[in-house]
Amino acid sequence: MKNISFKIDGRNCTAEQGQNLIEAAKQNGIFIPTLCHFKHLNPLGSCRVCTVKNNGRTIAGCTLNVDEGMDIEVNTPELLDARKAILEMMFVEGNHFCPSCEKSGDCQMQNLGYETGIRYTRFPHLFVDRIVDARPERIVVNQNRCIKCKRCIEEVRTTDGNRVFNFTNRGNKTLVSIDYEQEAKLSDTQAEHAMHICPTGSILVKGKSFGKPFGNREFDYSNKEKNISFNEIKKHKTTHKKKRIATTSLAGCFGCHMSMLDVDLGILDLIEVVEFNKSPITDIKNFTEHCDIGLIEGGCCNTHNIEVLREFRKNCDILVSVGECAIWGGLPAIRNTVPLEECLKEAYLNSMTSEENEIIIPNHEDIPKILNKVYSNHEVVKIDYHIPGCPPNANHIWNVVKHILFEEEYSIAYPEFKYD
Amino acid sequence: MKRSRLLTRLWEFQNKFGFISDNAISEIAQKLRVSKIEIEGVISFYHFFHRQPTGKYIIYLNNSIISEHKGFELVKTAFEKETGCTFGKYCDNTLFSLFETSCIGLSDQEPAALINFHPFTNLNPEKVKSIVQKLKIGVSLETLQNNPTSKIQYIPPGNKTIFFRDYFLGNSIKKILKHSPEELLGTLFKTNLEGHGGAFFSTGLKWKYCKESNSTKKYIICNADEGEPGTFKDKSLLNNVPELVIEGMIIASYITGASKGIIYLRAEYTYLFKKIKNAIQKFKNKGYLGNEILGMKDFKFNIKIQLGAGAYVCGAETALIESLEGKRGEPRIRKYFPTEYGYFGNSTVVNNVETFAKAARIIELGTDFFSNIGTQKSKGTKLISISGDVAKPGIYEIEWGTTIKELLHLSQATAPYYLQISGPSGECINEMEFDRKICKEDLICGGSIMVFNRYRSILQIIENFMKFFNEESCGSCTPCRAGNQILYEKIKKIKKGICTSKDLEEIKEWGKIVSLTSRCGLGQTSTKTFSMAIDKFKDYFNLKVKTCTDNCSIEFDMEEAVYDYDSIIKTTQF
Repeated sequence: MKNISFKIDGRNCTAEQGQNLIEAAKQNGIFIPTLCHFKHLNPLGSCRVCTVKNNGRTIAGCTLNVDEGMDIEVNTPELLDARKAILEMMFVEGNHFCPSCEKSGDCQMQNLGYETGIRYTRFPHLFVDRIVDARPERIVVNQNRCIKCKRCIEEVRTTDGNRVFNFTNRGNKTLVSIDYEQEAKLSDTQAEHAMHICPTGSILVKGKSFGKPFGNREFDYSNKEKNISFNEIKKHKTTHKKKRIATTSLAGCFGCHMSMLDVDLGILDLIEVVEFNKSPITDIKNFTEHCDIGLIEGGCCNTHNIEVLREFRKNCDILVSVGECAIWGGLPAIRNTVPLEECLKEAYLNSMTSEENEIIIPNHEDIPKILNKVYSNHEVVKIDYHIPGCPPNANHIWNVVKHILFEEEYSIAYPEFKYD
Repeated sequence: MKRSRLLTRLWEFQNKFGFISDNAISEIAQKLRVSKIEIEGVISFYHFFHRQPTGKYIIYLNNSIISEHKGFELVKTAFEKETGCTFGKYCDNTLFSLFETSCIGLSDQEPAALINFHPFTNLNPEKVKSIVQKLKIGVSLETLQNNPTSKIQYIPPGNKTIFFRDYFLGNSIKKILKHSPEELLGTLFKTNLEGHGGAFFSTGLKWKYCKESNSTKKYIICNADEGEPGTFKDKSLLNNVPELVIEGMIIASYITGASKGIIYLRAEYTYLFKKIKNAIQKFKNKGYLGNEILGMKDFKFNIKIQLGAGAYVCGAETALIESLEGKRGEPRIRKYFPTEYGYFGNSTVVNNVETFAKAARIIELGTDFFSNIGTQKSKGTKLISISGDVAKPGIYEIEWGTTIKELLHLSQATAPYYLQISGPSGECINEMEFDRKICKEDLICGGSIMVFNRYRSILQIIENFMKFFNEESCGSCTPCRAGNQILYEKIKKIKKGICTSKDLEEIKEWGKIVSLTSRCGLGQTSTKTFSMAIDKFKDYFNLKVKTCTDNCSIEFDMEEAVYDYDSIIKTTQF
């Protein structure tokens, strides 16, 4: 094959003529993120994460073969943002609850979320009710996590060469369906292969993923420096008044507060420069003074949450959503795909522990009303910063707070990202 | 059985049993040696195929915006009341089944419905009542159905008409005797013929690519899958002069050397099937189709008709080819032109109905005729289907370069305010732009103009379009499938009255991302109208949203958020 030269973002690159752009870019040290692209498969061009520009025209990079003189754009601000947006679309279209997913840490979509730096999605979550199909013999297909990349459709076949998966329906109702008859013919190895090529946790093999944690967490990069140095904080100690912090937990589990306390003895250093106002940590119930920063854990599931959040907005200069629940609803939002009436009946009338013929759903003017769904905080008030994680670790939280309070430049790097 | 027979085979089951059963799927899967899910995938892609039993009469009511404005809701309710069925549900009723469907090419006679693919137009509750009652006592559909012909409201004066002038079978075919394929291509290039389906790609170039391809088999495909809402000009051609279209295909075959032709007819136009078939027969009788056409030894060409099964996206040429191959109609990735790799990998020309008809006339009338009509870049005339708030909806054959104003005058538009050019995937224009000319130099038009007066809700129009794209997207790429859903959420938000000007900015930004990254023309154009409307109808949208600067507070609809809870407590508790 002939060698040719082409350009990526103005850089001269060489490759074999006709080579797939993704591979060619890799050889030249340029990473183009992909999800549906998979080794020997014919280019699918379905996920669009690898969108690039070829001589000014946008195209899925995986469907492009390099040729002499091509001028490819990969990392322009416009394309970086478009790529991030497509991933965000995947997150809002499905129901991706990383903390409860077997594939968390080994999930290619999650990895790309970290890679592109998604702290929160610009789009509203759609919360469409999707099924978890456990009818197949060997595998479970969780439609909540499927991104319709088509990998399994193209790659998974029985020994006779028949497809096991295929798209059914069309438009926004498109889903990957399973041929139960063919699935039953899969060998153990073939079934596991299906699980491994799925870029998310949509395809799981029964008995393989629940018993022990799934695979290796190959996409977790942990920060070497375990603790932030609080000596640095002390340099901010001035004769001026201490900075004031308020915290609260709305529809959350207090896990983020636990995580804040994980800073251990560091808290002694911290209180040299900050003081806590309204917070479960101080048990101050009402704001006594205006605060510099408010940390919100949890989203809004009832009217009380909304009131507290609005009060925080009024009393704090800067509001930070801490953790997944605050950012987009998190685990409590699992109920968002179910009508409220069903939720309440399940909880109070039809549950295993409710009395027979129970008819009372607790209600009183003093009891907050349950909202029709769990709202993320930024749907209710303006939120200035988002710290992802379930929970984010102590260092991460305090790093962000420190940098906001003392106006230092800080961008979250890959190792800090955690959705679970 | 060949895979390419799949759609036809599925139609046989659908027509015979009213649905496609598990057994039918097993049988087909076995014959094609594929898994059942693959067949299921094809069936569920096309909305005229059913997997559950339907009644004797399947009623498809058009839910396009024109239909909505002309009384869709009333007609829908009337159908439900008279038949006792619900739209979109499979019920026990053995006589009727009701479904909504996207535009059926009868926008000049809305509300319209298809009952077992027989056309019923200008519906109203009384008419529905009478139709249903008559069907119940066994009156035949043939006697009840309406004439789906669209009125040709205007042809250019001074013998300039191209499509609706006197037609004599074989007039253009005879011309090719005197010319080589190269010369004919030259004629096409001289008149600047471009695809009249809406993409306006050079027809001469396309045919030249196919001619030069060394593919052993070549195909000429006529795209009669006119699905763009508000468009019915191809229907009028196929209804009035199907022969002209066939002649165009024969010329294409002569030029490219293709020996097989397929007309992909949308199922909504099933009532034209016989007419086209008869037209094909006429050509066969005259020796213009078959072997040794015009006595030329190597000139061989046959045409068959393939019926679609309800999928707008199949109007995209590569999706259409996939559909012809018996697959889900998902557009292919942009890697090859169909002239390089088309139907089953062979070199294939796909052109719109109007393009073939025009090509035939170009060969018949010659370049000189065309050079005097139209503008510099757009030669000749264009068929436009006009619908909406006009006194004279129908087909207008206009000279390229005609202004919107003239057209509004001709069609007797009443208080025109918002115009949708080329359907939902086209663009919208406002009053300031009525002086624009319809031609390549200014405002290009694929064949439809929907006129809306100032009393129509623009948001309702956009909502209808976005709903259409959500349903008709093929679903295989993320931005189109998810992005259009997300933008639909914004419409809901505007309707709730909790949007700020920031939301409008977001709609434009997000729309840009969808169009930038989508895989085919559907996603690339689906968000265009929404974004454009925000800019072109600022006053309208400013009334719908709260204007805000950098630091605007977020609106939250508390009433809506607690509505469910309040009503549950009110109805179930003491």
